[in-house]
Amino acid sequence: MHIAPRVLRRALAGATVALLATAVGCAPQPEEKAASAPSGTGADAASGANVCAKGKLATATTGKLTVATDEPAYEPWFKDGKPSNGKGFESAVAYAVAEQLGYDRSAVVWQSVPFNKAFAPGAKTFDFDINQVSISDERKKAVDFSSGYYDVRQAVIALKGTKAAKAKSVADLKGLKLGAQVGTTSLDYIDDVVKPTGQPAVYAKNDQAKSALKNGQVDAIVTDLPTAFYITAAEVTDAEIVGQFENQGGTPEQFGLVLDKGSTLTSCVSAAVDALRADGTLAKIEQQWLSDAVDAPVLK
Amino acid sequence: MTVTKGESGREGTDGEGDPRGGGEDAPADGYVPSRRRRERERYKRARARRATAVAALSTLVTGAVLYLVVVGAPGWPRTKETFFDGQYAREALPKVLEGLWLNVRLLLVCGAAVLVLGMLIAVARTLRGPVFFPLRVLAAAYTDFFRGLPLIINLMIVVLGVPALRLQGVTVDPVLLGGTALTLTYSAYVAEVFRAGIESVHPSQRAAARSLGLSNRQALRFVVLPQAVRRQVPPLLNDLVSLQKDTGLVSIGGAIDAVRAADIIVGRSLNYTPYIVAGLVFVALTIPMTRFTDWVTARMDRQRAQGGTT
Repeated sequence: MHIAPRVLRRALAGATVALLATAVGCAPQPEEKAASAPSGTGADAASGANVCAKGKLATATTGKLTVATDEPAYEPWFKDGKPSNGKGFESAVAYAVAEQLGYDRSAVVWQSVPFNKAFAPGAKTFDFDINQVSISDERKKAVDFSSGYYDVRQAVIALKGTKAAKAKSVADLKGLKLGAQVGTTSLDYIDDVVKPTGQPAVYAKNDQAKSALKNGQVDAIVTDLPTAFYITAAEVTDAEIVGQFENQGGTPEQFGLVLDKGSTLTSCVSAAVDALRADGTLAKIEQQWLSDAVDAPVLK
Repeated sequence: MTVTKGESGREGTDGEGDPRGGGEDAPADGYVPSRRRRERERYKRARARRATAVAALSTLVTGAVLYLVVVGAPGWPRTKETFFDGQYAREALPKVLEGLWLNVRLLLVCGAAVLVLGMLIAVARTLRGPVFFPLRVLAAAYTDFFRGLPLIINLMIVVLGVPALRLQGVTVDPVLLGGTALTLTYSAYVAEVFRAGIESVHPSQRAAARSLGLSNRQALRFVVLPQAVRRQVPPLLNDLVSLQKDTGLVSIGGAIDAVRAADIIVGRSLNYTPYIVAGLVFVALTIPMTRFTDWVTARMDRQRAQGGTT
């Protein structure tokens, strides 16, 4: 009576250990195979003449180009919250890049991926992400970037007639309560360029920064210039652009397409962006969707 | 604890069963354990040693297997540098701690306010007598509404909506407004905990107090509430820990708490390590709190047990 349960227990423990051991032995294998398959075909393509053969890239879904962006998608980068309509600067850029890579409009699939998730480790379900992500060396440690498709400037917005709206220089901003969206270079500009005396307000979304500005919880908010233009023209119409910052250290801040770290597509996508810049397509798209956001006084 | 209890229990039965007599009533000084008893104890010690060894081995094997599963995963190096990067941990820690100070202050102030308000609402809900009917209805409506309203929406309304009214003399500070929203929601939860505690005290207690000449108020104050509060400590702690984590939600209004401080570094570097740091800091804050309440509960239980025997 006493021995039977003990034997049973031992057998059970042994079985568990054996099972776990086999799990360890087996688990990585399928994943490894899955992971090596696309890179294998990539290598095959590399040994062939053209890695970036038109329409034949090793994409997440064969024959389709999956493009990701955050939801909601904001103007002027996207129009009507529908990235797939080809309207708005980034939507147009995505389709131009797709065409350059040999995928026509119908082969482009859009995916909604939150900013935070776009750079999480693990297999990506998209081929590239377009979401006003600024290229930086620090971020390059986590993801791949294509060449920059837009030179961005940061701008300050304040309600008309307030003290903040009269600022002429960066020094005039120091004493103000400033706000920006988390994870943006706008916030870096506040921290590194303005160096305000008080702690800045940091919001999860620009929407909350906008309402804080409207409510007088902050004196001014910082966004990129096209967004600033859209906010003042359409969303918070009693606000105005105080001015734009000069680029830091001479190298212009650029938005880039985000790809998985070590993606086989990076060089192809970069080449596509470079080609679009060289033939003037990017300039044309910029002219079409961002032409209004050109003039704003520079804060020295 | 359990081991000594078990042993002392056995000692009692053993004494009674001892053929040589003596047992419990025998004076302790002349007591010599019997051979059978010493044997039994030796056997028990051997079993305990064996159990410890098996447990240690089993833990070791499980740990090793878990380690191998995680480290052997194909994505481990990438995961490691994304979530466990020492350089980012060092960069994040001071900023996260600075943010945590906001969480702690909010916890202390809101925690106190929640306990007071929750108690008031619970008492209002349990008042007897037709005069108090409107008060009871109001208290019930309050708990129903704020317990049902998602905290995040409550925060949005208070932190972003109240300043939009542009009322003179009302603060626009997101921390004060956020604290108000937290207090509103959590006092509704805590009021229900208090009410459950009050109603869990058997009616005979109230009846006995009344028969001793205590007024309804005195019965509540001296008989019902002290018993109720004892039973509520664990669920109250639950709500406080929950509140502690939710204090971070005031970042909706732009305030920088521990999690938002981590967020800022994550956004710039695209490395998740600061989140891990923030998470651990919260856990480190919760554990002493739990141990403290355990200690308080144990002490109260001891006192109650003593009261019961005398």
